[in-house]
Amino acid sequence: MTVLLEVTNLRTEFNARAGLVRAVDGVSLRVSRGECLGVVGESGSGKSVTFSSVMGLVRLPGRVTQGSIFFDGRNLRDLSPEDMRAIRGRDMAMTMQDALTALNPALTVGEQLAEVLEAHDDSLPPGRRARRAAIRDRSVEMLGLVGIPSPDTRLRQYPHEFSGGMRQRIMIAIALACRPKLLIADEPTTALDVTIQAQVLELISDIRAKLGMAVVLITHDLGVVAEHCDRVMVMYAGQVVEEGPTEQVIEHPRHPYTRGLLASIPRPALRGQPLTPIHGQVPDLVGLPPQCRFHSRCPLARPECLTDVPMRDAGPGRKARCLRLEDMA
Amino acid sequence: MTDMPLTPTVDSLFRRNLRQFRHNRLAMASVIVVLIFVIMAVAAPLIAPQDPNATDLFRRLQPPAWIDGGDWAYPLGCDGLGRDILSRIIYGARISIFIGLAVILLATGVGILAGLAAGYFRGWVDVVIGRLVDILLGFPYLIFAIGLMAMMGPGLMNIVLALAYKEWVIPCRVVRGETLAVRELEYVEAARALGAGSRHIMWREILPNILSPVIVVSTIRMANVIILEASLSFLGLGVQPPTASWGSMVSDGRSFILEAWWVSTFPGLAILLLVLAINVASQGLRDAFDPRFSE
Repeated sequence: MTVLLEVTNLRTEFNARAGLVRAVDGVSLRVSRGECLGVVGESGSGKSVTFSSVMGLVRLPGRVTQGSIFFDGRNLRDLSPEDMRAIRGRDMAMTMQDALTALNPALTVGEQLAEVLEAHDDSLPPGRRARRAAIRDRSVEMLGLVGIPSPDTRLRQYPHEFSGGMRQRIMIAIALACRPKLLIADEPTTALDVTIQAQVLELISDIRAKLGMAVVLITHDLGVVAEHCDRVMVMYAGQVVEEGPTEQVIEHPRHPYTRGLLASIPRPALRGQPLTPIHGQVPDLVGLPPQCRFHSRCPLARPECLTDVPMRDAGPGRKARCLRLEDMA
Repeated sequence: MTDMPLTPTVDSLFRRNLRQFRHNRLAMASVIVVLIFVIMAVAAPLIAPQDPNATDLFRRLQPPAWIDGGDWAYPLGCDGLGRDILSRIIYGARISIFIGLAVILLATGVGILAGLAAGYFRGWVDVVIGRLVDILLGFPYLIFAIGLMAMMGPGLMNIVLALAYKEWVIPCRVVRGETLAVRELEYVEAARALGAGSRHIMWREILPNILSPVIVVSTIRMANVIILEASLSFLGLGVQPPTASWGSMVSDGRSFILEAWWVSTFPGLAILLLVLAINVASQGLRDAFDPRFSE
């Protein structure tokens, strides 16, 4: 598989009142065409900021200060804002965390779909009427694709007339309207209840197979990743701490944080036993010294861990940011 | 959920609000009063019983019809030059409503542009517009308008400009504040993630969502503008005689207020009624359209 997105050593900083916050610090990642990458981490670990940076959506006081972002052979950091705008929505699209507020309440769903198509779809025929008809057909098709019943009447409705799950699907439909090569789904299921969650994730997987696009699934739910992603990347305090094929990472985590995350998920096999939380808190991201960021919470921490720990190979296609990863095998 | 029974109701937020507005009887009554004034203004030549500018010194200060010496051909009596007061009030409605509408449209247009720019771009744009607004707010409105009228000279368009010069700051501040709030919302971010540009975000994502409070504020301000126009005309800086304007009619009657109260009173009542109706209607509008007041 060829590489679609390759991010190297990305750093995004926010100039906050408390000081310089390094929300993303030296993140490197790779997404191949048609692949599904899961990005896991707790709130504030830098998952969303990483991909906002990729999309060029980080705004002051935030700034991407270092690294390269190659997408489809072009370094996005060299592009003008205009060129970047043309890529967003056409070649890569992002759905927002909260489906309930991510649609414009003042416009109908049809208008919102039409605007994306109007802005990005070059295959539309010339001439007002033909164009409008084509946009309408595509809109109906997209709503049908995400499983909205009677799409032609529903196009004329406003977001408040849809349920949460349907709004999430509509957002996906809008993001997919121009058949992007990469869909970044930022916590697509957080605001939804469990049955709808499953439907939406199924939908994303289906469409991925149908359209052959790559998907980045940002979530804090390892269960979701296990079911839907080819590879997983675990983030902690602005850094990638572990990455590899989903199955291997989940069955044999090589970083104590990943292990902690897995131990804190309720599982039927462990019924009756108390859950194991990870003790302590995520470190403050202001002025972090160059050392392992997890060491204060790590059961395996040693004095050597107070140095800058690089990503280390942990088997074929796997890496982890831990000095003791051999001890965890 | 796919087999959920569907009864799609095409119903926008706007329509729901409109329905709520229609249930407010007092507000609806006010709307009718405003409409009567508007019809009066539009159809003035058809309705007015007399020529508003025809003087007849034999009818000088003739009292209203129901008082001794009155005549039903001149229902509200005549002024110091023997002109029919009712006809002049009907023609005066044209001036008041035209100026009210023109000033509000102009001011709201400018205010939306400036407010959107200030709230969306922030930075120096916001600073420049913000300072300008502060300076304009520092002047007492009427003094400012008097000064401008003195510079530009009287005339209908000059009154509109003199009032709009300052009026735009009101919608501007509302739009700026709402824009600041809305630009941070998820759907604006989502639009950016789909490649929307600044212009698109301002016009399609932000503006439709902040329009309700702007409309409400503009209608409330319209009553104010009508009072200001009347004040300018009262001071002799408004439309020039013999054109009938409510403010100048009140002013004309000032010297006969003891012997002929009707000359000032009826145009004064017209101002009162129209302004009151607009205010009550806009209250109802606010209750229906401003989400903070809906239950």
